[in-house]
Amino acid sequence: MITIGKDSKPDDKAKELQNEFFCEALPKEVAPINSKIVQKFYNWAQANSMWILAFGTGCGSIEMRPLYTARYDISRYGMAPRPTPRQSSVFIISGYASVKTLKRIVRSYEQMQNPKFVIALGSCTVNGGMYFDSYNTINRLDQYLPVDLYIAGCMPRPESLIAGFDKMREIIKSGKAEGANTYAKNFEWYKSNQKKVIKDWNMPDYNW
Amino acid sequence: MKEMIERLGTKFNIKDINEHKDNQVFLTAEKKDLESVILYLKEFEKYDHLTMISCVDYIEDNKFQLTYLLRNYNNNADTIIRVFIDRENPTMTSINELWAGARVYERELKEMFGIDFPGCPRVDDAFVLEGWETIPPMRKDFDTKKYSEETFFPREGRSTLDPTEQMEKKMYPVEAEVKKSITKEFRENSK
Repeated sequence: MITIGKDSKPDDKAKELQNEFFCEALPKEVAPINSKIVQKFYNWAQANSMWILAFGTGCGSIEMRPLYTARYDISRYGMAPRPTPRQSSVFIISGYASVKTLKRIVRSYEQMQNPKFVIALGSCTVNGGMYFDSYNTINRLDQYLPVDLYIAGCMPRPESLIAGFDKMREIIKSGKAEGANTYAKNFEWYKSNQKKVIKDWNMPDYNW
Repeated sequence: MKEMIERLGTKFNIKDINEHKDNQVFLTAEKKDLESVILYLKEFEKYDHLTMISCVDYIEDNKFQLTYLLRNYNNNADTIIRVFIDRENPTMTSINELWAGARVYERELKEMFGIDFPGCPRVDDAFVLEGWETIPPMRKDFDTKKYSEETFFPREGRSTLDPTEQMEKKMYPVEAEVKKSITKEFRENSK
């Protein structure tokens, strides 16, 4: 959240105007539905319409292109790449995420609507991978975003991605994909971690 | 090429001339001459392309070496000009008015090495390091591993294997064991 003090700069007014486009309400936990049958139906429906946010964050996005096109063709599984976060439910963090990208990742993730799931692709998201000592790439993604599933490898082939989607579907069906709720529950912890890394924080705390 | 160097030598103080190939020459110019050397090469010797500007951090000598790579497409000649500048408060004249492409390199040098180029447009805007607070990361005295460990929550349990040893152990286990025992004995005896 941008606070406007007494000694505000001229471009603070632009920021103030910008703030009007954001809703300031913080994320809330979504409680499961009382009826088990309805909840199961919801899970089944969510598992069978996973739409991917087509946002290639690192080198792993090169493995996602053949997935979308004729060779591996994930539309067979009822999945499709979507151009905007508002329409997608699965966010694949493909490989390393530099600090500059992390800022965009956080914004995109927060703009996604529930239900939303995060799949971390490649070993860079697990422990930094070959960029473990880099000054500009994060080491562990789960410190900044709730990760539902890791697909390890450097880089994982599209086949392993498809296997990962199968696993993701199982997780959603069993009702264990609670990433968005975890994010809402530990919101302050995630925010503090994000702000520790993203030094020029010039956006609202939660923007959607 | 030789005539070009002679002509250049009569006008400017250049030294350390290394000709690696017939059409490639490395030379060192003085800091104050740099802009005029490049202008001369562009206007009179028909050098038409600034390939890149790079930087080397000579921390022992307390100096930065800036390297300007110029190319002449008419006779396929490359001229590489080195300039040494001080490591404390490094400043260099900008050549963005000669080649607009220099702006990108100068911005990058400002970001990664902290070399200032007064007059270069948007030189203070970072490409990747948004809100960088410590010393620029490409300098030799910047410890990337330490910075990464302090900032990015390293996951414990990371181990690395030496590929040579690992493959020896895997493919020739007996020989690897013998080699290990011999080296161990040799080291103990030599002490």
